[in-house]
Amino acid sequence: MEYDVIIIGSGPAGLTAGIYSARADLKVLILEGEQPGGQLTTTTEVENFPGFPEGIMGPELMNRMRTQAQKFKAETKFELVTSVDFSKKPFEIITSAGVYLGNSVIVATGSRARYLGLESESRLKGRGVSACATCDGFFFKGKEIVVVGGGDSAMEEANFLTKFASKVTVIHHSENFRASAIMLDRCKANAKIDFLMNKEIVEVLGENSVTGLKLKDSKSGEIEEFKTEGLFLAIGHIPNTELFKDKLEMEKEYIVTNDTKTSVEGVFACGDVQDRKRYWQAITSAGSGCIASLEAQKYLSHGN
Amino acid sequence: MITHITKENYKSVVVESKLPVLIDFWAPWCGPCQMMGPVFEELSKEFDGKIVFAKLNTEDHPELTNGFGIQGIPCLILTKDGKEVGRAVGFLPKELLKQKIEEIYSSI
Repeated sequence: MEYDVIIIGSGPAGLTAGIYSARADLKVLILEGEQPGGQLTTTTEVENFPGFPEGIMGPELMNRMRTQAQKFKAETKFELVTSVDFSKKPFEIITSAGVYLGNSVIVATGSRARYLGLESESRLKGRGVSACATCDGFFFKGKEIVVVGGGDSAMEEANFLTKFASKVTVIHHSENFRASAIMLDRCKANAKIDFLMNKEIVEVLGENSVTGLKLKDSKSGEIEEFKTEGLFLAIGHIPNTELFKDKLEMEKEYIVTNDTKTSVEGVFACGDVQDRKRYWQAITSAGSGCIASLEAQKYLSHGN
Repeated sequence: MITHITKENYKSVVVESKLPVLIDFWAPWCGPCQMMGPVFEELSKEFDGKIVFAKLNTEDHPELTNGFGIQGIPCLILTKDGKEVGRAVGFLPKELLKQKIEEIYSSI
């Protein structure tokens, strides 16, 4: 099947690129990838997306973007891209279900939640370890839990989790927070939230479910055990760029772009994958998705 | 066809089923669970006659959810005679989920 534009990814960047491209009457395929709807599907209320003064739930916002793209006849598939070939024209995009040809490609694979990388952590995933407070907070009613992280998403999760948990301890490896003042103040004002600073998690304890954490003091190196029944991760994100290594120019783990144009003509990148300045917002991703679509349209109409 | 599990039909749908049953533990407030919905439905057709596909709303049925020790969703559990034979936690794309189901299914 040949398309004008193949979009890899279905977060705000990919779906916005889809809306703009399909509305421009191009034949568009959106491959939804590992996490359809992207990271916003695991957030709670989005308070800063323009046009929603009363706030909107992340999954709901993404559902609406998806419906909007489909309304303009963008085709969407629940498929995961396994490899890409940018050396041929049209470009070849290979998924586990087949091969798709695209005259242009927009990479919008976003980023995924970062885990601590401990064996004990992956063993207890879904058994007390979670990277999705909205999904799993409900299972911790009346329990004492931990949120690890120091940014806005850590504060947002901690606040949200107090709806269920009897106590939430925010554990952070330093004493400086990246979180904005408004989010930090909200947590400090919440009587159910405690802070534990300069502590690093070195092991998650428990057989079939989380019973505690082994913590190391960042200053003294001292090890202590901390009792808890849940561990929610909010320690940032890793861009999903493994597929494009050696195929597109990269800087660290990000794709290098100039107005969303990558090192390969006809291949564009938008959203978190190219967000080297780490804005990491739904609105900045959507904005760059729009730019990618406009650039792809320019490329398709003028050719090389 | 996907059956919705309740306290009332649990025994007949899950425990007394001749075929293995794949239970999708979900909730209305879980974004990845919503995304899993259509994937689960597509797969139910591919496994028709081999595995019974059923959904369980964890919010409405905490007692059934607790019985499986679930603390994270989406979570899919394959059961045989009402007993767990394997599980998959978190959203998985269709092909990976299919592989995982086949892997657990072949271990029965």
